[in-house]
Amino acid sequence: MSHIETFYDVMRRQGITRRSFMKYCTLTASALGLGPAFVPKIAHAMETKPRTPVIWINGLECTCCSESFIRGAHPLAKDVVLSMISLDYQHVLMAAAGHAAEAALEESIEKYKGNYILAVEGNPPLNEDGMFCISAGKPFVEKLRHVAKDAKAVISWGACASYGCVQAAAPNPTQATPVHKVITDKPIIKVPGCPPIAEVMTSVITYMLTFDRLPELDRQGRPAMFYGQRIHDKCYRRAHFDAGQFVEAWDDDNARKGYCLYKMGCKGPTTYNACSTIGFNEGVSFPIQSGHGCIGCSEDGFWDQGSFYDRVTNLAQFGVERNADQIGMAAAGAVGGGVAIHAAVSALKAAQNKAQANRPADAQKEEV
Amino acid sequence: MVVQTPNGFNLDNSGKRVVVDPVTRIEGHMRCEVNVDENNVIRNAVSTGTMWRGLEVILKGRDPRDAWAFTERICGVCTGTHALTSVRAVEDALGIEIPDNANSIRNIMQLNLQVHDHIVHFYHLHALDWVNPVNALKADPKATSELQQAVSPSHPMSSPGYFRDVQNRLKQFVESGQLGLFKNGYWDNPAYLLPPEADLMATTHYLEALDLQKEIVKIHTIFGGKNPHPNWLVGGVPCPINVHSTGAVGAINMERLNLVSSIIQKCIDFNNNVYIPDVIAIGGFYKSWLHGGGLSSQAVLAYGDIPEHANDFSAGQLHLPRGAIINGDLSTVHEVDVRDPEQVQEFVDHSWYDYGEPGKGLHPWDGVTEANFELGPNTRGSRTNIENIDEAAKYSWIKAPRWRGHAMEVGPLARYIVGYADGHEDITNQVTGLLKTMDLPVEALFSTLGRTAARALESEYCGRLQKYFFDKLVTNIKNGDESTANVAKWDPSTWPKEAKGVGMTEAPRGALGHWVQVKDGRIDNYQCVVPTTWNGSPRDSQGNIGAFEASLMNTPMERPEEPVEILRTLHSFDPCLACSTHVMSPDGDELTTVKVR
Repeated sequence: MSHIETFYDVMRRQGITRRSFMKYCTLTASALGLGPAFVPKIAHAMETKPRTPVIWINGLECTCCSESFIRGAHPLAKDVVLSMISLDYQHVLMAAAGHAAEAALEESIEKYKGNYILAVEGNPPLNEDGMFCISAGKPFVEKLRHVAKDAKAVISWGACASYGCVQAAAPNPTQATPVHKVITDKPIIKVPGCPPIAEVMTSVITYMLTFDRLPELDRQGRPAMFYGQRIHDKCYRRAHFDAGQFVEAWDDDNARKGYCLYKMGCKGPTTYNACSTIGFNEGVSFPIQSGHGCIGCSEDGFWDQGSFYDRVTNLAQFGVERNADQIGMAAAGAVGGGVAIHAAVSALKAAQNKAQANRPADAQKEEV
Repeated sequence: MVVQTPNGFNLDNSGKRVVVDPVTRIEGHMRCEVNVDENNVIRNAVSTGTMWRGLEVILKGRDPRDAWAFTERICGVCTGTHALTSVRAVEDALGIEIPDNANSIRNIMQLNLQVHDHIVHFYHLHALDWVNPVNALKADPKATSELQQAVSPSHPMSSPGYFRDVQNRLKQFVESGQLGLFKNGYWDNPAYLLPPEADLMATTHYLEALDLQKEIVKIHTIFGGKNPHPNWLVGGVPCPINVHSTGAVGAINMERLNLVSSIIQKCIDFNNNVYIPDVIAIGGFYKSWLHGGGLSSQAVLAYGDIPEHANDFSAGQLHLPRGAIINGDLSTVHEVDVRDPEQVQEFVDHSWYDYGEPGKGLHPWDGVTEANFELGPNTRGSRTNIENIDEAAKYSWIKAPRWRGHAMEVGPLARYIVGYADGHEDITNQVTGLLKTMDLPVEALFSTLGRTAARALESEYCGRLQKYFFDKLVTNIKNGDESTANVAKWDPSTWPKEAKGVGMTEAPRGALGHWVQVKDGRIDNYQCVVPTTWNGSPRDSQGNIGAFEASLMNTPMERPEEPVEILRTLHSFDPCLACSTHVMSPDGDELTTVKVR
């Protein structure tokens, strides 16, 4: 097995000085919202760690995850691909095809056995012997099982891999099945959304590179740092919700004033994602900011929750905190009303932490 | 045995069989098999769509106002174009007219997609078929700088130091032994013809384009909230306009308009300074490689797009042309009416579906789909381990659409041939200018290179059109019109009991149509016939081969085991397989009988 370069080696090779490298680590720490105490930790990680191989496979999907990934701004997609990871297999971008592509896949699996990350975009259909998605003449589900076998961890990109997404909407004619229902013996990080935010995707990878562990996951297996809060709770239009100011019809005066889109079917109150904090495409906007309600694309089964223009609940009154709490409770799948949302979230968090603690060691602190 | 197809190709499957699966650098899953003769010339070509998702089945019974979101997820690469086609189909069915501003904003978004998609296609999906990044290591950065300044004096990033830095980065990347995306490329194949300096210049632009593309899409983000998959609205666009008053955050205001304007300028500059010059420079080295014409010289189809006025889809009012050319007769551009049951029909004799009787063609209004995955008797391998496909039987998840019985090519080259034949002013000027610059005859258009060049020209044209519609939007706002949505028929109670409609666009990959039937406020039937269904179609009942297959015919390969030429030509269509394999029946629940194992 040939020498595997560390991240630091790569940076030095590119003519980056030790001083610049430390500056980079400082910036990384601040970008992740960490104090200066973490800088040496990050530097150490990068000095000692090889570029992690990533094998990225595609099942039934629409390629919006790949497209979102290359929209990454910090870090830039080119820096991720050239300097941070070794993207050894990726249908959409790789030079090789056919036998040469499959040979590259097998070489990587063999060389990095147990040390590569498997990123899955899309999902396997199980009907028709799996032949609704054929790759190299065989059912995609075989490829998924084959590559997962020796992976260190699995990332389920997007709503397809995480939950099934549009092809799994009723009546799910191909029996499109999320990854975690097929791969049950590996740690799986779900990064849902259709697509996920680019920086969320790259941050999940760089978090693992930097901290040598999987991110803390919520009870659905999503990184808590990005999926821990409802879009509604951090929405800049929340004040209008609380004040009872709503858009009543598309393009009415209230829409032009930027009032709350709740009555237009916005699913922000039941959707956990970072859209209202990080935003899409370098924070230029997110759906609500551009005048359309959230369609809930990072939630399980969001295609089958009625029309995107149906209100999330038929509450008689709007605009008071109590109602928002009830919506939140419904979203959390809890019963009973009148509990403060913060308490509910805290309880949920406690449960997640407990679930984390109870998971096998390799499922949470696996070195990646 | 040699068989002549009705559309004029001699198929001979007696030679060595070459399989490419997966075909990479495309959207979705695709397989290609060819037979080569003793001189390694392709004499038979078979293209297989290897995925099926059944979205239209899923759409049955849904709220037609939601259909854009479902169909948008057909493809995340040409994101938005299915959504636009869908809202047009629903508006057509329900008789909804959109405001002028909505037309301008939709056009800007659609044109923005064309530019983005074409640039990403050329640099990130297609370039590695022509450009050898490993060979770029041999380049002299100074000579590369001179080349850059010669082909594009206005591009600011052209110093020898800049190219040296890029080359060093590449060198270190290659020397690390972890080649990542470039691993197992065909880098010593003699099909690569560029000198090292051109390879370095183009590889550098691969990286520049990767940085730029994330900027281009911000226009979608501004109007639709995100990209991929911006939000749309039946009746207009979801983003309101508020340029004068309180609360403008979250509406289209001056800051948003300025951002849109600056991005449009970036598109225009990149097209002018990088994309077009690169295509001319790279194309110049491949002028002797004019293979891959396929159907383009005989049968092309375009629905047209980018309406000048809201709600007017008549051919004369579209900035991208509509028309059909058949039998290689460029002197006649036929009118296209997608409502006419005689014009567009789909066949399934060689597709994994069953119509119940052979040789039958169905208009999308009457489409029937029953999945029927069965392999022919001459298949090598097994049902779940296909070594060689049997093209005499069913062999693809793609149906075979035909226009008046003809297999057609769609896409940028088809649009440009229709426009050129029809005397479209901008297109004719562009095409004439390019051919003159490259010193090539008009016949050179009918090639892989022509397809690639037409896409670049179209990116340039669409970049300019974005500005045209931006100015139109601002002028309209200036004149006091801030309307972006018509909600008169938003409520389903205002809809007729039964209605049907058609939506058409020119997706980056070609003519796209959605056919919808609405009954009692719900979708009763939904059909998409998409560009890659046309281009990637298998044989039909008459034996006509589709555009992918035709384009590979008679192409010589340097090394059959290294399919550079196959990839080059297939990529020139920018295949989108997730798009191509969508079909449904009016009686969609037939599909639920698909065997569950």
